[in-house]
Order: sequence, then structure tokens, then C-alpha cells
Amino acid sequence: MAVIDELSGSQLSKQEKRGHQLLILRRIIAYVVLIAVCVIALFPFVTLLVNLTKDHASLTGSFNLIPGNNFMTNLKNVLLDNASGKRPVFFAMFNSFVVAAISCVLSVYIAALTAYGLYAYDFRLKKAAFLFIMIIMMVPTQVSALGYVDMVKNVMGLYNSYIPLIFPMLAVPGVFFFIKQYMESSLPMEIVEAGRIDGGHEFYIFNFVVMPILKPAMAVQLIFQFVASWNSYFLPQLLMDTNSENATLPLIIAGLQAEANGNFDLGKVYMVLGIAIIPLIVVYLCLSKFIIRGIALGSVKG
Amino acid sequence: MAAVAKKAETSAAKYQRPHKLKYGKWGLIFILPFFISYFVFQLYPLILTFYNSFFTKYSDLMTEVVEFVGFNNYVKVFTEGHILKYFGNTFLLWLLGFIPQILVSLLFASWFTDIRLKLKGTGAVKVILYLPNMLMASSVAVLFVTLFAVRGPVNAIFDTSIDFLNNEWGIRLIVAFINFLMWTGNTTILLMAGIMGIDPALYEASSIDGASAGQQFTKITLPMLKPIMLYVMVTSMIGGLQMFDVPNLLVKNGGPNEVAKTVVMDISAGISGSGDVGFAGTESVLLFLVAGIIGIFLFKLMESDDDKEARANRKARKKAAKAAAKGGAVKWQ
Repeated sequence: MAVIDELSGSQLSKQEKRGHQLLILRRIIAYVVLIAVCVIALFPFVTLLVNLTKDHASLTGSFNLIPGNNFMTNLKNVLLDNASGKRPVFFAMFNSFVVAAISCVLSVYIAALTAYGLYAYDFRLKKAAFLFIMIIMMVPTQVSALGYVDMVKNVMGLYNSYIPLIFPMLAVPGVFFFIKQYMESSLPMEIVEAGRIDGGHEFYIFNFVVMPILKPAMAVQLIFQFVASWNSYFLPQLLMDTNSENATLPLIIAGLQAEANGNFDLGKVYMVLGIAIIPLIVVYLCLSKFIIRGIALGSVKG
Repeated sequence: MAAVAKKAETSAAKYQRPHKLKYGKWGLIFILPFFISYFVFQLYPLILTFYNSFFTKYSDLMTEVVEFVGFNNYVKVFTEGHILKYFGNTFLLWLLGFIPQILVSLLFASWFTDIRLKLKGTGAVKVILYLPNMLMASSVAVLFVTLFAVRGPVNAIFDTSIDFLNNEWGIRLIVAFINFLMWTGNTTILLMAGIMGIDPALYEASSIDGASAGQQFTKITLPMLKPIMLYVMVTSMIGGLQMFDVPNLLVKNGGPNEVAKTVVMDISAGISGSGDVGFAGTESVLLFLVAGIIGIFLFKLMESDDDKEARANRKARKKAAKAAAKGGAVKWQ
């Protein structure tokens, strides 16, 4: 580039000059398209942010992106809404948080244990175990849902509880695969050997020698698993009633669907959506660098 | 004699790799929690689903009817149910979102990695593009219901009053658009990783020979990206097969003519008691089989050339052994 700039004043052959102009044209096109796509991608969320500050009357009128002054009223309406037997959204958020926190920690720890077990040790079933996990990665979770609902209702008797939402998240093949890949590239066995020579118990070595090395991979997966659980809608809607006291956030959101076409207080609808979406956006923006590097890390295969 | 030889062999192995033998049982202990929780909470329910598919099971007023029907459900699923239509719906919704997704991702990935183009702010674009993927699909779907309502913002901008959510193509395109929005960032990042894995010498050599950016894209980038693009397509297809949150919350029951009713939506309706649970089990088995076929295809795809060769060799050896055992005449070349 710099070379071309330097030369552009002096004698440059016609062809090279044309190439330079073409490059500038391509750059302009690229910027225009990128900005257009970003505007389209952000439009729904900007609309949401603006609309949760408005009252119902101005929401059904003409559209503009000027914030209203109804933010506090909407927030109060949503947080203190316990009319018609509904529990405030706050409780659903709390439930979602508990389920997501427990299941992401357990799933990542169990997956790391498994990856380490298959990486650091040699035993007879090693290859079979790895193949088995690779195969189950292909099975859609919805296929076992019917049996699981049957089991929760008739064997465990835990319908309407949020505990059964955690169990299927314990063994996630994708997390295992990610951590195993990371391990192969950045966990030298010599460190483990050194730990053994120092007299470390195998679990001690895993927890205090291996885990710190795996921290980057485990952190990325913690985020992904937390988000997956927080956003999960399929299983909760099978295992709970919408107005159960243990209902998670997506169930409350789903309950809004009937109100979202404009016959109810739209300010409230937008506010609930905002409460569900904004914390995630904030967390995402803080961790985005980390997350985006993580996605590329996971794509080693292929 | 043989026993002694074997003993000598194992002791030799022990001498070479003392740790691995000594610590072997720990490997099993470490993988145990994963396998126990998988067997109890996922495999057992999977078997239970298969078991249920041979029954008809529904609530009739106060009593629950359970009846063994053998393979009746499997006949019924193709003759009476609408499952083929739902598979078609799911595929169409996936395809409508996937085509723009892969095209835009390819374009962006090639722009972001183009050394001559040198775009600024690509990091921010990646962050914006990936954002919708982190958000709750159900909340995005409900947000779009409000945006595309008859008196909603989209109609207000264009000063129209189109009932998008009561129109077959309106619904299809909105579902496709949401999927496009949610997955383009992810695909772009994957394709970028693929492009950055291509040997830069190829680009340098071609630009010395006077290749244009377009030529480089079609003659180098595309052919070299083929494996990762196939991977993206197949994984996206498996994901698309499980489509549920967005169409389920956008319109009730798939909207007019059930155009947005997917396979999982029908299974879910069956499980939650509005229909025959056994029949929903049969549909689940069908979903399992389709995903399995796609999965095997992916597995074949990812198999490296070395693996293929090894497998071919093994096959040839097996064949030779069989022939030897059969005819007795050993024809080793």
C-alpha cells in the first residue's frame, strides 16, 4: 500500500493506476455494505431500547427513534406486576440465573474431567469412549425429550421444578470436544509428570495443575453454556407450567407472545423483552473479544 | 510357551511406559461422571422415547389410555400424519435463511481477510454480527412479533398496514430473516478462520501473476474453503432440523396453512399432552434417523484421506483373510 501511495505521484503505469482506483472503489463498496448490514442487524435492538421508554399510546402511533419519558413507569409496571396471579419477572430471572449458573459450572467441570481422562491416561475403553462421545454429538437433544419428560413426571415426580432442567446439561459432548482440542494444543504431559513426582494425588494434579492451564478454554465454554441454559426454551416449556413459581425467563417471554400484537400495554411488553435481552448485551459487549476468539478456536476441525 | 511369551511382552511394555499402565484406572474414574450422567439423563430417556413409539398413549377425560400397537405408529406417521409436510417446512425455513447467510458470510470473510483491502473496524462489525446469536431466540421472536405487527414500527415506517404474520411468505421470510441474523456472525467467523488457514503464498504467487481479487476469490479461496463450507452447511442443517423457538413464538401453530410448523413443534405439541404421546415418540425416532443420516454424511466428510486409506487397507486385508479361510488357497501377491 505505502509503496503504491509513494509511487502514485510519480510515473506509474496506467494499469497500476487503474488497479489502485479499483481498490478504492472496492473499499467504498465494502464499507457501504458493512454499514448497511450493521444497521439492519442493530435495528431491532435499537428499536427495543427506544420503545421501552415509551407509553402504549405513542407506541401504536407513528414510528420514530426518539426516546419517550415512560421508562420508570414501564419498569415499575413490570417489576411490581403481580396482578392476575402472575409473579413478577424478577423471580423468573432469579430462577433462570440459578439454573444457568449451576448447569454451566457442572457441565464444564465434568467435560474437563472427561477430556483429561481421555487425554492423559491409557486404558482399554479409551478409544471406544471417545468414539461414543463423537457419535452422541450428532443426536438432537429433542429426540430424548419425550422420554425425559416421561421420566421426570413419572419416576422423579419433579414436574414444575427447575432441578430437572439442570440434569440434561451435565454431559455436553460439544464442551468436551472443545476442551479436548484445547488440551491437545496446550497441555504438555511433562507438567502432569512433574506433579506426580512431587507426590500430587491425581485429583489434586487435575484441580491445581491442569485446570489453571485450561482456564481460557473453560472460561469460553462457561460463557457459552451459561447463555445456552439462560436462553433455553424447549425443555422448560415441556417441564413446567407458564405460571408456575419456578418458571424460567423464556417461559415468561413466551407468555408475552399473545400480548405482543398490540392489544395490551406494549410499553410493558418491550420492557420485559428489554429486561431479558439487555443484561446479555452488556455482558456480551464486555466479553466480546474473548467470545469471538473462542468461536474461532472451536472451529479447528474442518 | 505362549503364556510365557505374552508375559515377557507385557513386562516389556511395562518397562517402557510405566506410568500409563499404573495410572490407567484413573482415566476411567475421570470419565465416569460424564458417562453416568449421560446414561441416566439422556440415553435412558432416548431408549424410553423409542419404547414409547410402539404405544398409543393419550388422556381420555380422566383416564389415561395406553395401548401397545407395534409398528402401527410407523405406518400411521407416513399415511395419516403431516410429518412429511413438517419436514418440508423445516427444510424450506432453514434453506431460506441459510442461502443469504452463507453468501453474506463468504463475502464478509473474504473482505475481512483481504490484505490489500485493509478494512478498518472489522472487529466492531464482527461483534455486532455475532450479537444476535447470544440473545434469547424466544425474546428475539417476540420482539419481531411486535416489530411486524399491523400497527408496529415496520408498517409505520413504510406507511402500510400489511399483516405480515398472517401471510404465508411473510412468516417464512421473517423466520428466515431471524435465523439469518442469528447465524451470519458465527458463520463469518468460522469462514474467516478457514481463509486464514490458507497458505498466503498462493495469494502472493497469483498476484505476481496478475490475478484480480475476483479471480483469487473464485480460483483460490472458494476451492480451498470447500471442506469448511461443507462442515458449516451440515452442522447448520442439523441445527435447522431442530428449529423450534423462533417459529413457535412467532405465530401460533405455524400460522396460516401451518407453513411455519416444524418437526420439533409437532413433537413438542404431542409431548405436552395435546395429542398422542406414542405418535410423538415415533416422530422423534424419525427425527433421530434423519439427523443420524446427516451425521454420517458429516463424519464421512471430515474423515481425512489418511483415515480413508487406512480403512481401505483394513477392508482389503479382511477380504484377503476371508478368501484365504474360504478357499484355503492363499494368493498373496
